[in-house]
Amino acid sequence: MNVHDESNWASKVERLEVSDELADAGFNIAGKRLAGAQQGFGKLWQRRYSIDLGTGITPEQLVADWKQRFPTYWPDGATFHVALTGLKPGTVSPIAIASGAPGLTVSTGILVLYMDDTSFTFMCPEGHMFAGWITFGAEEGPSGSTVADVKILIRTSDPVYEMGWPVMKRKEDIFWSATLVNLAKDHGVTGVPVEQTTSCVDRKRLWHNWTNVRHNSGMRSAWHTATTPFRAVRA
Amino acid sequence: MQAPVATMGVRHPRPQVAVIDIGGEVTSHCEEVLMGAYEDASTAGTKGIVLNFEGLDYMNSGGIGMLVTLLVRANRNKQKLAACGLTPHYQQIFQLTRLDEAITLHDDEAAAVAAL
Repeated sequence: MNVHDESNWASKVERLEVSDELADAGFNIAGKRLAGAQQGFGKLWQRRYSIDLGTGITPEQLVADWKQRFPTYWPDGATFHVALTGLKPGTVSPIAIASGAPGLTVSTGILVLYMDDTSFTFMCPEGHMFAGWITFGAEEGPSGSTVADVKILIRTSDPVYEMGWPVMKRKEDIFWSATLVNLAKDHGVTGVPVEQTTSCVDRKRLWHNWTNVRHNSGMRSAWHTATTPFRAVRA
Repeated sequence: MQAPVATMGVRHPRPQVAVIDIGGEVTSHCEEVLMGAYEDASTAGTKGIVLNFEGLDYMNSGGIGMLVTLLVRANRNKQKLAACGLTPHYQQIFQLTRLDEAITLHDDEAAAVAAL
């Protein structure tokens, strides 16, 4: 076995723990279990967004930078919190996403499942909009140029999020395209289109997982926001 | 960069059960070879498939995603999946990703075949 293999993966965890410095941002993911595609509810989608960055940077150099400065490439409206230790296998990072409703930010997060020289993968926790994995990577294209991509294998987590899928799908398209454009721009590449592919791997919904709705990060964030004044009084 | 090499062999140790011997490096690049092996394993009446990972050198997160795709196809065909030959490290990866809830893990091939 490749001796470097084990360190590429996160260690086994039963429930997520959020570091003290990120505890406030991570209120919605602390204590949650991870949720793979089989623990989700909706149809299973495989999606890929990619952009050609030319020959000015190698896949290894690009991914090293992407890991280092991951949050800076996100578009406005979403915050990715990283502990001082940075991203590495096993890192738990809270995420805050503007919901579109005034004053409501949805709090969720990810675990860094896997990292190597040319890719890194996040896994979603219970309550996240999606159950599954998202992989960021780069590889050499047929013409020798470096192609960066975002590969997603997900189901929506519960029936509420499944109902919102048509809207979320569009938001995902905008979000990840903007992320790749930001990444390319930072490496001196502009005006290159983002390619997208989507395929439905499983049209079947996993109805036995409908109870995931109790973890729904949107509803829990709304409750958290509504009860903030009461918590402040108690404190 | 060279694409990782994976090998897949198919055996039928008893009627209705197939074993896919998985060797080499399992990443998203070997989807075609794995799905080809699955087609070979899914002869008429196959109700269970054992994924034997004894020859596995390396698997990345793309490989896990590919196993999920395989699982969906097996579920669609009402086939059960089991796995054996995983090192303790990869057993932990199956548990971490919760793949073990859908693909049962066994100590050896005989136990996996017997469970299907």
